[in-house]
Amino acid sequence: MTPPQRRWIFLVAGAGLVAFYLWGLSGLPGFGNYPGPYGFVILRVAVAQTNATGVVSAINFDYRGFDTVGEEFILFVAATGVATVLRRLRGERERPAVDEAADRDVPATSSAVRMVALLFTGPVVLAGWWLASHAQTNPSGGFQGGVMLATAFVLIYLSGEFLMVKRFNPADLTDVVEAVGAGGFVAIGLAAVAMGLPYLKNFLPLGQVPGAVSSSGTIALISFFVGIEVAAAFILIVGELLEQTLLIRHGGS
Amino acid sequence: MNTLAVHTAYTVPVGMMAALQITLLVLVAVGATAVVLIRAPVRQVLMLSIYGVLLAVLFLAFQAPDVTLSELTIGAVLLPVVILLTLAKVRKPEQ
Amino acid sequence: MQVFPFVVVAWILGVGLYGVVTSRHLVHQIVCLIVVQSSTYVLLLGVGYVTGGVAPYFFDVPNHTPAVDPVVQACALTDVVVEAAVTALLLSFAIQAYKRFGTLDPQELAALKG
Repeated sequence: MTPPQRRWIFLVAGAGLVAFYLWGLSGLPGFGNYPGPYGFVILRVAVAQTNATGVVSAINFDYRGFDTVGEEFILFVAATGVATVLRRLRGERERPAVDEAADRDVPATSSAVRMVALLFTGPVVLAGWWLASHAQTNPSGGFQGGVMLATAFVLIYLSGEFLMVKRFNPADLTDVVEAVGAGGFVAIGLAAVAMGLPYLKNFLPLGQVPGAVSSSGTIALISFFVGIEVAAAFILIVGELLEQTLLIRHGGS
Repeated sequence: MNTLAVHTAYTVPVGMMAALQITLLVLVAVGATAVVLIRAPVRQVLMLSIYGVLLAVLFLAFQAPDVTLSELTIGAVLLPVVILLTLAKVRKPEQ
Repeated sequence: MQVFPFVVVAWILGVGLYGVVTSRHLVHQIVCLIVVQSSTYVLLLGVGYVTGGVAPYFFDVPNHTPAVDPVVQACALTDVVVEAAVTALLLSFAIQAYKRFGTLDPQELAALKG
């Protein structure tokens, strides 16, 4: 079957699929007319029940906390998978790294890029930490903060300090941090079970003021653990890919 | 519930919000088409980054700032970095 | 305006699938998969929107202001982060395929069996 034939068959079948999809979507009550009671019920009771003014994070870590445990472990397993698949590659090819750069002229990193990346690393780490620890008040939370912390790691690589990168990313430390993050989340849930409550129930004191930093019980704590787990998972992934390519750019820094 | 106009410091008239959302939806559709139609991988990664920013602004117009933060950091920074590193890895000929 | 976001969702899905089917480069195919997945985020947020509602954060607005649905936002939020990790896993498989078969063309990869 030649590629043009494949394309025409797909266009016919794809048009049929999209037509059925649109037919199904037309059964929805229209954009802006959200009817369902679940969202409205949660909006009405969330702030009073959990003292968290960020309702989305309260849903993620309290009302639907069990789903979040599952999603976090998808992340964990994907990072482990990347490390497994790429580590075998590294063991198989033991060629010396310097030869490969000799016949290609690799342009040196411009000093503007290095300076800007260096300047921005500190504020990005601060912003990521702030996001990961303020889940209950603002539009923030563990997932966003963790991803921003991983972005800071990419900035360290961009500022040209490859040796710094190797020192900041010993694989053992990242593995330990990721395990602490994932295990900490599960442990908080199990601590609730140990006290006779259902798994992942919010058992810490809720605080006086809704939306204060120390309010909302386990939500802030879980968000912090999720943040460091997500950061460690992405640092692991980017670090594995960097190890593959930086062996060639050894002459740059 | 769907005909109430809310008057806080952060809301705009409903008609203006609808116009903004329609514009952003059209831009997102055009961006998705552009991402698919660009065949060269490195240029496609750049278009993917722009598409991520467009999606993030669309989510902001849908009153979802949390999803905006996630999509911005992931779609505009992390995914392009990971894809570019992969492309650098497969560029040299394997012996 | 009642159905326009859903038409855009179906369009993005169709365009992404077209890219997956007619692609000649594994990394291009993976990026088209990202586009397909992004259509589901727009669908989720479109389902939960309330006309005239604010974002569901009550730090500085009074407590019972009509807001958009927060449950679909929680779903879409974790969805975005998980997609990135799964994409990284797919890319590492692409690297392995390149190492093993020397080519990144999916239509040639299908011919190499065994």
